[in-house]
Amino acid sequence: MSSTADTWLFPAVQAPVGTARLTAAPAADYATHQSTFGPLPAHADSAALLAALRDSGLEGRGGAGFPAWRKLAAVPARERARRRRVVVIGNAAEGEPLSQKDATLLLRSPHLVIDGLLTVAGALGAHSVYLYAQASVIESATRALAERADASAIELREAADTFISGEASAVVNALAGRAPIPQDRTVRLTESGLGGRPTLLHNVETLAHIALIARFGAAWFRSVGTTGDPGTRLVTVGSDGHPSRVLEVAGGSRIGDVLRFTGVDTGSLSAVLVGGYHGAWLPAYALEARLDRADLAGFGANPGAGILMGLGERRCPVAVAAAVASYLAGETAGQCGPCVNGLPAMAAVLGRLATGDRDPGLPGEVRRLAAIVTGRGSCNHPDGTARFVLSTLTVFADDVTAHLNGHCRKDHR
Amino acid sequence: MNLRTPEARGPAAALLHIDWTRCDGRGLCTEILPELLARDDWGYPLAYGYGSAGAGSNVPVPDTLLAAAADAVSLCPRQALTLVDP
Ligand code: SF4
Ligand code: SF4
Repeated sequence: MSSTADTWLFPAVQAPVGTARLTAAPAADYATHQSTFGPLPAHADSAALLAALRDSGLEGRGGAGFPAWRKLAAVPARERARRRRVVVIGNAAEGEPLSQKDATLLLRSPHLVIDGLLTVAGALGAHSVYLYAQASVIESATRALAERADASAIELREAADTFISGEASAVVNALAGRAPIPQDRTVRLTESGLGGRPTLLHNVETLAHIALIARFGAAWFRSVGTTGDPGTRLVTVGSDGHPSRVLEVAGGSRIGDVLRFTGVDTGSLSAVLVGGYHGAWLPAYALEARLDRADLAGFGANPGAGILMGLGERRCPVAVAAAVASYLAGETAGQCGPCVNGLPAMAAVLGRLATGDRDPGLPGEVRRLAAIVTGRGSCNHPDGTARFVLSTLTVFADDVTAHLNGHCRKDHR
Repeated sequence: MNLRTPEARGPAAALLHIDWTRCDGRGLCTEILPELLARDDWGYPLAYGYGSAGAGSNVPVPDTLLAAAADAVSLCPRQALTLVDP
């Protein structure tokens, strides 16, 4: 247990031990939350919070993995110094169909998310505070907010039900009453976002970790996990025939261990999709890689939002990838030409390959289209889609060859 | 499609930012700046050396093409182009 002044003030509550941190409270209500974690300490100023987050090494849990302290530091100092300027947003849109961890967190531990919002808002003297969450958790989030007197300023808004609904500028558009689609930006949201105000948007899991770092300190945070990925993470783990489960694991856990823990027979997998539909495949031989940046970099993946989806060795990966690419092509926000035209074109070529067209030029055409769409949209949807498709061609090169030879014997359901 | 690699051109004097939410892909800018922009399969401006480190939406403009880039900005019928600092 750390010996910061905060914990010294509340010696009755021990910091959580082991990997059950965000999931340490046995029930979701406020009384249980308080008896598990102790009261939220008086708000630190923004310099102190920034220092604690930097020492903790906490990275954002929404997908991009941006260091949490850097986002705070990106709010211009003159805005941090003035009060009632900044907008703080907790993002639980979670449009990725393979991810369930943000919804699970809001159902299990809503008060940690609220504490995190209040900590960041308090440090910045925020002008307004929002929680943006999908329909399925609105009821429980409403109940949690009503349980406490200090949360009355937090505005809960229902998120759009689309893949890209959680993209930062799409969230800002939605909160401003516009269509929930990304906007072109030449200025960062932390300088000018909602209503022209500096806007700080954090994933809700990031906020829950911030709530614990505010209580128990950076050293405690780092006492679990690896140097490259300190702390714990929520992961959504599934595979063919296994419904997905959300777990809290130590940062840098071995991916095979996490899968086996949920009952997945890793010997029956051909690969694991890491990071969801914008992620990349980790081939079976690499399953003992750690869930951290260093181990995953070679595969073009990163821990991202903590999604692990096993693919059974009987399933045809080309058919699976074609279905995902086609879904993603349908989820463009319909505003950027290269994305609107290029994603359906790329998905169609992959679909031809999956359904028995043996034209040897197809893989090359997929690669060409992937290169054309990359970097040419107002959000990273084309880039993420291209990354997933290219990873499929690389990791499943043998299956692609089998398709071109007409020899694929795998299950195409 | 013409897949030239960008010639060595010295440091960028500015970046030509393309707002894809506005651009309609009729390609006027590609006629004004053929040294920098080709057209993709659907007519949208495609920077040579696309796909690399964000250059797809923020095209480096050398000093010698700054005037032409400024023309493209003012002539773009959709006001989809801006010059920003590199
Ligand atoms: S890149 Fe695609 S998904 Fe992103 S804003 Fe443009 S059209 Fe929408
Ligand atoms: S001139 Fe403007 S609208 Fe036309 S293709 Fe170029 S950027 Fe797009």
